[in-house]
Order: sequence, then structure tokens, then C-alpha cells
Amino acid sequence: MQEGKISKRRRMYEALMKAAMWISVACTCALVAFLILYVLVKGLPHISWSFLSGKPSYLSGNIGILPDILNTVYIVLAALLVVLPLGVGAAIYLTEYAGNKQVVGVIEYAAETLSGIPSIIYGLVGMLFFCQFLNMKTSLLAGALTLVIMNLPTVMRTTQESLKTVPWSYREGAFGLGAGKWRMIRTVVLPGCVDGVITGCILSVGRILGESAALLFTAGFAHALHGIVNGLSSSGATLTVALYVYAKEQGEFEVAFAIAAILMVLTLVINLSAVWVGRVFEKRRRI
Amino acid sequence: MSDIVTVENMCLWYGEHQALKNITIKIPQKSITAFIGPSGCGKSTFLKSLNRMNDLIQGVKITGDVKYNGKNIYDPSVDVNELRREIGMVFQKPNPFPMSIYDNIAYGPRTHGIRNKAKLDEIVEQSLKDAAIWEEVKDRLKKNALGLSGGQQQRICIARALAVKPKVLLMDEPTSALDPISTSKIEELTVKLKEEYTIIIVTHNMQQAVRISDQTAFFLLGELVEYGNTETLFSTPKDQRTEDYITGRFG
Repeated sequence: MQEGKISKRRRMYEALMKAAMWISVACTCALVAFLILYVLVKGLPHISWSFLSGKPSYLSGNIGILPDILNTVYIVLAALLVVLPLGVGAAIYLTEYAGNKQVVGVIEYAAETLSGIPSIIYGLVGMLFFCQFLNMKTSLLAGALTLVIMNLPTVMRTTQESLKTVPWSYREGAFGLGAGKWRMIRTVVLPGCVDGVITGCILSVGRILGESAALLFTAGFAHALHGIVNGLSSSGATLTVALYVYAKEQGEFEVAFAIAAILMVLTLVINLSAVWVGRVFEKRRRI
Repeated sequence: MSDIVTVENMCLWYGEHQALKNITIKIPQKSITAFIGPSGCGKSTFLKSLNRMNDLIQGVKITGDVKYNGKNIYDPSVDVNELRREIGMVFQKPNPFPMSIYDNIAYGPRTHGIRNKAKLDEIVEQSLKDAAIWEEVKDRLKKNALGLSGGQQQRICIARALAVKPKVLLMDEPTSALDPISTSKIEELTVKLKEEYTIIIVTHNMQQAVRISDQTAFFLLGELVEYGNTETLFSTPKDQRTEDYITGRFG
């Protein structure tokens, strides 16, 4: 029976492939789980209220990360505040207005290349341009602006991609009713691409939280406690930079792991809230 | 009956390709004019050039005169948005916006500056009634229009077009994506609408042209081959090509 043979071989092949896939899934899950557990187990025991709400002092030997948490919040807010309007605006121009598709293609390609550049290069450029040329010194603002350049391509590209998913027929419908271009964009296209903007936001926040190289040069290492205005104009370490400093310069691995655990929880919270925001918008559109 | 749209020696190019050749046609107001012809004959292109929807496509060049109420619509002084308010359009595939039924209908009036809630309510109700869909949706005006059936969506689109009080309604194969029952509803509606509006309809369906239109224009390869009273055109076509097409010899 020729047929029986073939089907037996096929069944073997199927089983083999299935096993291979199971193994890859198991490996991936195990790696992720190990990483998360390792960091949490090592970090969580060192997190206490005084750790979260205090500031470090070399005199008393106290270690607290409130300044770093605040610095992170400031830098995320400042960077988003600049990068969102810029990125979304650029995306709208490129998809809706720009006539020369070749130039648009070149810009898109450049943006994609930019988003793949090692972040330390952004740090270098940010240091020379913002800190020295624009005389901002080493400050959170300089760091935030460096992050703006770094995240601009991401925000622009995700917004662009979601603008492209809004059907042409919606635009036609709006034009057919005598709507001008901007009205059409504002009322029909933009509501349809909120999810893209949100995706861009999550990716950016994730990248900002995780960024250390670009900030080492531009935002500095200080742990002083500031309000947002003073904070932006003075040097300060974000959580990730603080992690680097504690682990590398001071050998405080427990502190580093505690910060790592906090960062992980933060990332999770941000992702969840982004999903939630996306759902709210989706629901509002459905009503 | 006076002519509301008059076109003289109009040619249209997509880049190098000439899609319409020397079209001359006069369309009387408050009547239904059907454009028929095989796919790619230019009938939809011609329809879209009547309210300048072709402006949205790159590389379109138009020569000749396209006049609406005696004024050349391609004149630089013409406000395209105002023109499209007067010459509305219903598309081949129903394309309601992803918003509530109410917001869909109110979109046009809001675009043209009507903010008063009572006034908007009145326009929405009247437009939905005119499009023969009020009874079906009056209890769910706040629901998303995308939840309606295809036929209902198309009538929402007609209501949406009517809400800005146009004079002319261009319909680009409005029933080609619909089932027979929805189709006959839209046909009935169209016939009713001609009391107030001038309707120009592109159709693939020759029976539809016979059933509803007063005049028919037959397009072939970018030319207007024959134009005249629908009954005459279908019973005693003057041009051999028209006869071949309507008797089903090609197309």
C-alpha cells in the first residue's frame, strides 16, 4: 500500500513539526518567565516605602529613588508633549497632503532607518546639539528633546500606517458632502487612527523608560528632588540611568534589582492602560 | 424643462490616457438620466467630473466646458466645497462614516455651519424620511450606522447626501452591491426623488435604466455614442453600437 506509507510518513512529519513548535514555545515562555521571576524575586524584597519615597543622601547612607521616579515622569511627559504633535502632524502631512510620493517614500525610508540607529548615537548628537550648541547644559530637557528625536520616527510611522487603514471611501464620502480637506481629516480620518497614535505612544514610553545610553550624555546622573519646572532645567537620572549608576558605579545590586522590578511593573501598567484607552476609544466609536 | 448641467466638447485624460472624448450632453433638471455602457467606458469617470470628484485623483486633465446652471464648474473662482454641496453624490459601495446614524446625516449640515440642535434634528428627520428609512431607524439614531444592512446603509448615504439640500444627485451604481429587495427600494426612492432633485445615475443594469430613467446616455470607449429619451433609445436606437449593446451582443 503506497498510500499508507505516505500518510504514515506525513503523520510522522506532522508530529515532528508540532513537537518542534512546542519546544520553541516552551523555551520562549520559560525564558520570559525566568527573567521576570528572577528580577522580581531579587528586587521586590528591597522595595519599601522609604525606598520609594526617599531621596538618597551620601551623608546618612540613605538610598531612595523618589527623585529618579519623578525624573522619569518628567522626561516621559516632556518628550510625549513634543513628540506627539510633531509626529502626528508629520504623519498627516505625509499621508494626506504631500503630493510627491517619491519624496514621501524617501522620508519614510529615512524614518525607518533612523529608528534603527543605536541610541548612543542620539545621545552623542543630543549632547553636542542641545547641551552644548543650544546651551541647555546637561538637563532633563535636553534628555527629553533627544528622546523626541529618537521617538519621532516611531510615532510618525505608526500614525501613518494607521492613517492608511482609514478607507478611501470615507474620505470620498466627506468630500462628496462638500467638506474641506482639514474638516475631512479632523472628523473622519483622525478618529479612525487613534489606535495608531496610542500604539506610537506605548512604544515611545516603553523606549523612554528603557533608555539609558542616550540619557547618560544628555540628562545626567543627579538624584536631587525637584518640581517639574526646576527638574527639567537641571540634571537628573531616570530610573534606568539610576539603575545603571547604582549597579555599575556603586555596586548596589540590590537597589538595581529593586529599580528593575519597579520598571517592569511600570511597563506592565503602561501597556495595560494603553490597551484600556484603546478600548474606550473603540467603544466610543461604536455607540 | 431647462437644462441644469450642460457639457460641451469635454475631454478628460488620466496622464497620457484619454478616458473621455468630446462629450457633449445636456441634462434637464428634475429628471433621471442614466449612463450606461460596458465597464471602463468612462461613464463613472464622467459622472465624477460633474462635481469635480476627479480632482482627488492625480494627473487628471480636463478640457472643454462643464457647466452647472450656466457656470463653468472648472473656473478657478468656483468653490469646490460649495459645488459639491449643490451636486451631491452617492457611491457604488455604501460608505457611511463609522459614527452614529444621526451624526452621519448631520455631518453635511454641520460641515456647512449649522450648529443649532433643533435645526439639526429637523434636518436629520426630514432627510431620513426623504430617503425612506426613517421608520426603520428612528429608534436607534444614536447607534453606529455600520451596524445596518447594506441596503439600509445605502439609504443612509442617500439621506446624508440629501441633508445638505443639493440640487443634483449623482449616483454611481448605487445598487450594484445590494440585494434585489434593497435594489427595488432604492429604485422606488430614486423615482420619488426626481420630483425635487435632478438625478444622474450610472448603472450596469439596463433594466434598471429602462425602469427608472427619463433619458439614457450610452458610453463606449470614452465616447458618448447615443443620448436621448430612454424609451426611444431602447426601442429604436440610432447607432448600430447602441443596438448591439442593448441587445446583449457585447458588454
